[in-house]
Amino acid sequence: MREIWAVAEKDLRIELRSRIVASQVLPFALIVLILFGLALDADKATLRAFTPGLFWITVLFTSILTIQRSVAVEVESEAFESLRLAGTAPWRIFAGKALAVSVQLIAIEVVLAVGVIVLYRSSFEAPGVAAVGALSATVAIASAGSLYGVLAVGNGVRDTILPMLLLPVLAPVLIGATRAFDAGLGTAAVNGWAWAGLLGVVAIIYGTIGAAAYGVVLEDA
Amino acid sequence: MSAAIAVEQAVVLLAGFPALTGADLTVEQGSITLLQGPNGAGKTTLLRLLAGLAPLSRGSARVLGRDIVAQRREVRGLVGLLGPSSMLYEDLTVRENLEFWARVNPKRTYQTDAVVERLDLGATFDQRVRDLSTGQRRRASIAAVVVRRPSVWLLDEPHAGLDQQGRNIIDDLIIDAAAAGASVIVASHELDRVRVLASSVATIAGGLVIRHEQLGGRHGSPRSPFSPGESGA
Repeated sequence: MREIWAVAEKDLRIELRSRIVASQVLPFALIVLILFGLALDADKATLRAFTPGLFWITVLFTSILTIQRSVAVEVESEAFESLRLAGTAPWRIFAGKALAVSVQLIAIEVVLAVGVIVLYRSSFEAPGVAAVGALSATVAIASAGSLYGVLAVGNGVRDTILPMLLLPVLAPVLIGATRAFDAGLGTAAVNGWAWAGLLGVVAIIYGTIGAAAYGVVLEDA
Repeated sequence: MSAAIAVEQAVVLLAGFPALTGADLTVEQGSITLLQGPNGAGKTTLLRLLAGLAPLSRGSARVLGRDIVAQRREVRGLVGLLGPSSMLYEDLTVRENLEFWARVNPKRTYQTDAVVERLDLGATFDQRVRDLSTGQRRRASIAAVVVRRPSVWLLDEPHAGLDQQGRNIIDDLIIDAAAAGASVIVASHELDRVRVLASSVATIAGGLVIRHEQLGGRHGSPRSPFSPGESGA
């Protein structure tokens, strides 16, 4: 566990210093929320009805930037080689990177939740299912993103290809998280806990695949 | 002394280009080897092969008895590679960088304070790497290698960017590491400087080690704080 915490703490410390996510990614997320509002003509009823989907599309967009930043930290320092030389198991590096991305995404989601309450006049009627669904979805996004982020580095065109690689993989997460939020926000009569459970399974699958495959993709990074 | 490094007929292809074309090299434990040769001869590729970072297409290579292909992760845990880039996180301080690299090397002994003192990094210990000069950055990079207590030191132009004091510190560090049992390979164009330290000189050209000349051994204090980790000694 020490190595996992070391990697996660390092990434979070770098973010606290550089404030890239706080000063660039988070404002981007809020701008997307506002643009959705403008596109839907500020119709509060429509906005409230579509809040779950708009929320998670915004999270997916911002997750791309957060993951690119997580990878860039290593690329700028040419540290992927040093990580390979560290002698620690690649899955521990993966877990640390995914944990750091998860923490940052959760912080963004909290701000976005406040954003939809303020901008869209939405309210969380069942916050428990929304929180569990969000947590599972975040772990799934961070797991898939940490793996595909390094994969894109090996491909040599990381800035452009990552969304094309990652977004299709995250489509099931988008669907599940939107349904769980439908229940959480009371915008549709669905079994939110079932969707939250499904998201948990997806998170475990993506996490397991990421941990198993990370060593292979790290070799090409 | 036993062979710490044994490379036989090693071929390394980089993007289809033969960077090593059948190189042979044997390095004894506790020795300092100067690796010399013109640009593009294969010095860096040989160091990267020994670090388990360059793919071995043919031949064999063993580091402290471990096969570089079959036991790659073990080999990586034993070597310390200093390359041309700093491999330090710009937004972390020197202290945070060293502590990080020590923490992700669980089998090694933690010696950050000793390393910092030895490399005279005290004044920059709590400065961010991005605020350091080129020379300070180079010293911090070397510290990040040393803190891992490698059993095999692979140094690619370690004196580059350093002032005279820094160069002397690196020389002393290399001597102490070898005296404590680590094997050191130094790829350098500063032949006069490293030849004085070296126990052997390997000349590489066209991806082949064309000559390996023994110069004599070196022995320093066995109580050096920079002794290699237990797993490799």
